[in-house]
Amino acid sequence: MGLAAADSQFHVLAVDDSLIDRKLIERLLKTSSYQVTTVDSGSKALEFLGWHDEDERNNSSEETSVSPKNHQEVEVNLVITDYCMPGMTGYDLLKKMKESSSLRNIPVVIMSSENVPSRITRCLEEGAEEFFLKPVRLSDVNKLKPHMMRTKCCNKDDDDDIQNQKPENLEKQEINGEEIQTVLQLQQQQQQPSQTNNNTNKRKSMDEGLSPDRTRPRYNGLTVMSN
Amino acid sequence: MEVDQLQRTFHDYHASLFNEGFLDEQFVQLQQLQDESNPGFVVEVVSLFFEDSERLLNDLSKALDQENVDFRKIDAHVHQLKGSSSSIGAQRVRNACIAFRNFCDERNIEACLKCLQQVRQEYLLVKTKLETLLRLEQQIVAAGGASPM
Repeated sequence: MGLAAADSQFHVLAVDDSLIDRKLIERLLKTSSYQVTTVDSGSKALEFLGWHDEDERNNSSEETSVSPKNHQEVEVNLVITDYCMPGMTGYDLLKKMKESSSLRNIPVVIMSSENVPSRITRCLEEGAEEFFLKPVRLSDVNKLKPHMMRTKCCNKDDDDDIQNQKPENLEKQEINGEEIQTVLQLQQQQQQPSQTNNNTNKRKSMDEGLSPDRTRPRYNGLTVMSN
Repeated sequence: MEVDQLQRTFHDYHASLFNEGFLDEQFVQLQQLQDESNPGFVVEVVSLFFEDSERLLNDLSKALDQENVDFRKIDAHVHQLKGSSSSIGAQRVRNACIAFRNFCDERNIEACLKCLQQVRQEYLLVKTKLETLLRLEQQIVAAGGASPM
């Protein structure tokens, strides 16, 4: 930890109708030093994010996006949501957020217990940053930071054209919060593995693809988004 | 002395649960999330699992007892149980749920009843195992040892 200012900590909103899974994701996120809020439905998530149907329809006619702070009480840096939920699914929530001028810039990650390729594709095409298969692990949560940092960077002055860059395959690297430029440039990461290894916390050795029943597709950096 | 023996017993018992397929890698993930600042994490999640499962097993029993069986509802319950057992690493319960869902698709009441029995059996087994494991952990801590979780 050791973060001096409260606003330098990332805040994640986790959405899942299962209490056990909410407990799990909360622990995973807190272990990674994120601030966490959990809700049990998509509609509560939208409520927390300050989404208002009327305001969104008024704003949708404008091309420029409205300042995200207008509607939100609390800044949320990432939303991680279960796919299968009664009422509003994770996909529905994702869609509503992407249609909202105030919420579309918040990165969204989808979790699902079912490995359905068409579902995964649909979510990524709709703008989800990642798709995690449940049960979610620490190694998955370690992939979240670049997405959150990309959004924070957009609000700051920066020499590098960070907004137009997508994070590449970063599974093997733990990201140091201060190294904004190196985070987003794969080549630099490959040249500097040792410095990121120093920041590794509680992570097991690479587990991707080791266990036969966890054939998890890798979809990092393959988002099909039009900005 | 006593602590060492308890630790050994715990270690062996823990290993057997994995060897016999009751628990899988996900349970290890849970253990890794427990630390000094969250010493009760595993107990908490396991307790939630017990409550959740018992509720779902009751609901399933009732649903299969109806005159007009609602298979979609049954499937939804089993899906939930599959999810929670998967989240804590209760492998055999999860596998029994997967089999159950296949029979739901076929709308086969007899088979579903057998599956329910199977799931309940696996659940009761893993419940006993987990309670034993957690009790051992408790004993070690009470005897002054560090939690082996």
